[in-house]
Amino acid sequence: MNHVLRFLFFALLIRPILLVICGLNVRHRERLKCDGPALVVANHNSHLDALALICLFPLSRLSKLRPVGAKDYFFRNRWLAWFSTRILGVLPLDRDRKSGRRDLLAPISDALRDNQIVFLFPEGTRGDPEELSGFKTGIAYLAKRHEEVPVLPIFFHGLGKALPRGEALLVPFFLDVFVGQPLHWSGNKADFMEQLTRQMRGLAAEGNFPAWD
Amino acid sequence: MKFLQLPPQVQWSIAAIFGLLVLATVVVRVLAAVRPQANWTELRQRINSWWLMAVVFTTAMILSRRISLAFFAFVSFMALKEFFSLIPTRRADRRVLFWAYLAIPAQYYLVYIEWYGTFIIFIPVYMFLLLPFRMVLVGETDGYLRAAGTLHWGLMVTVFSVSHAAFLLILQLKDRPDEVVGPGLVLMLVVLTQLNDVCQFLWGKSLGRRKILPAVSPGKTWAGFVGGVATTTLIARFAGPLLTPLDATQSLIAGLIIGIAGFIGDVNISALKRDLQVKDSGSLLPGHGGILDRIDSLTYTAPLFFHYVYWLFDWQTFGAGAVGL
Repeated sequence: MNHVLRFLFFALLIRPILLVICGLNVRHRERLKCDGPALVVANHNSHLDALALICLFPLSRLSKLRPVGAKDYFFRNRWLAWFSTRILGVLPLDRDRKSGRRDLLAPISDALRDNQIVFLFPEGTRGDPEELSGFKTGIAYLAKRHEEVPVLPIFFHGLGKALPRGEALLVPFFLDVFVGQPLHWSGNKADFMEQLTRQMRGLAAEGNFPAWD
Repeated sequence: MKFLQLPPQVQWSIAAIFGLLVLATVVVRVLAAVRPQANWTELRQRINSWWLMAVVFTTAMILSRRISLAFFAFVSFMALKEFFSLIPTRRADRRVLFWAYLAIPAQYYLVYIEWYGTFIIFIPVYMFLLLPFRMVLVGETDGYLRAAGTLHWGLMVTVFSVSHAAFLLILQLKDRPDEVVGPGLVLMLVVLTQLNDVCQFLWGKSLGRRKILPAVSPGKTWAGFVGGVATTTLIARFAGPLLTPLDATQSLIAGLIIGIAGFIGDVNISALKRDLQVKDSGSLLPGHGGILDRIDSLTYTAPLFFHYVYWLFDWQTFGAGAVGL
C-alpha cells in the first residue's frame, strides 16, 4: 500500500464525502473495537460500503484496514489493480472456483494473522439496493480457521440510496450504520451462519426506514 | 479583527451567551454533585451540544459575512438532507432530489448578491415549477403527487424559511446605511428563538400540568407555552432596543411573534416526526436529536420576524440596482 496517498485519499476526499456530504449515523458505536485482528461483515449495496466501513475507524488505524474485493472486478486491468492495491488496500478474492486447489482465502488469513481488520461482504455482490440477500458460507470457513478472531456484523442502510449500482451521481442521504455483537465460531457451520443471519436481520429491524420504491 | 467591527452591544451579547453557558454548565455540575443518584447524562449532553452550537454560530458570525451566509446554507443543507433521509422517497426521484439540493447554493447566492426580489420568489415559484417538470421527465407517475408535495414542503421548511435569517444579516437602513444592523437582528432572532425553546421547556417542567396539544406533542403544556412566550417577550423588550433599531414597543411585539411562532414551528416538526413514527429527526446533536429538532422553531420565527422587521423600516432597495444588472 502507498500509505501517504492512501491517507490523503481518505482524509481529503472520502471522509469529507461520507462524513459531511452524506453523514454516518452510527448505532452501538461502543461495540467497534479499533484493535485487530477482526473480521467485519456487512451487507453490500454500493461501492461506498467498503469506504464507509473504513470511515467508521479513526484515520490513525488506516493502515490496518483491509476490504476484501473480487479479483475479477478490482484487478481487471493494470490501473484498477494499482488503485485497488495501493489506495484501497483490497485483499483479492478469487471467485473463479476452477482455478485449481489453491487456498482462495489465504490472503485474508494472512491479513488476520498480521492483526489487521478485514472487511468482507458475504452477500457476494452488490444486490438490489437496500435488499438483504443470502450470505455465502466462506465466512464460516474463515471463522473456523481463526477461532480467536471476533466476527463483527454491521448493517448499513442508505448507501444504496446515495449511490446505487449503475449510478455515477451521488445524492446526499444520511447513512445508517448498526454495529452488532461480536460472534465466534460455534463449532458448526449451519449454526454459525444461522447466528450471523439472525444478527443481521435483528440489526436491520432496529431501524425504522422510510419506504424507497 | 472582524469582532471589533461588530457593534459593542452585539459583542456584549455574545459574551452574555457564553456567560449563560458557563452558568448552565456550573449549575448542572453542582446539581450532579449534590444529587448523584439522578441521571444527568442527557442534560449534560444537551449543554455540551449548546456549547458546540454557540461556538460554531458566533465564530461564523464574527469571521465574515460570506462565512456567516455559508454557515446558514450549511444548516439548510444538513436539515434538507435529514428531511430527505426521513421521508419515504421514490427510487425514480434520485435526480430530482439532486436538483432540490441545488436550490441551496442558488438561494444563498441570491442573499449574497442582495437580490431581494428573486430571493423571495425563487423557491416558492421557480423551484415549485422546476421540480415537477424534472419529475415528469423521469416519467414515473405512481406516487407523483405525494413526491411533488413532500419535496417542495421540505425545501420550503429547510431552505426558504431558514434563508430569511441569512437575509436579515445583510439588511441596511435607508437613512443610516453605514450603521451595522444585520448581526444584531440575527442575534436577536436566533438567541430569542433558542431561549424561547429553553424557557418553554423549563416552565413546562416546573409548572406544566394541562396539555396543550396532546395528539401532536404530549410533553407540551399550557404553562410551558404561556410562561415561555411571556419570558421571551420580556427579554425581547430589553434586548431589542440594545441590539436592533427596534424601540421598546416594537421589540415587545417582536418577542411575542418569536414566542408564539417558535411554539408553532416546534409542534409542526413534532407532527412530522409523529407521522413518520420517529422520536428524533437524527443524532447529529447529542441530547437534542437531529438538526431539524434544533431548528424547528426557527423555521417559523425566521420568516415571520424578518417580514415584521422588513415592514417596520425603510431598507436600502435591493434588486437589479444592487447587482449591477
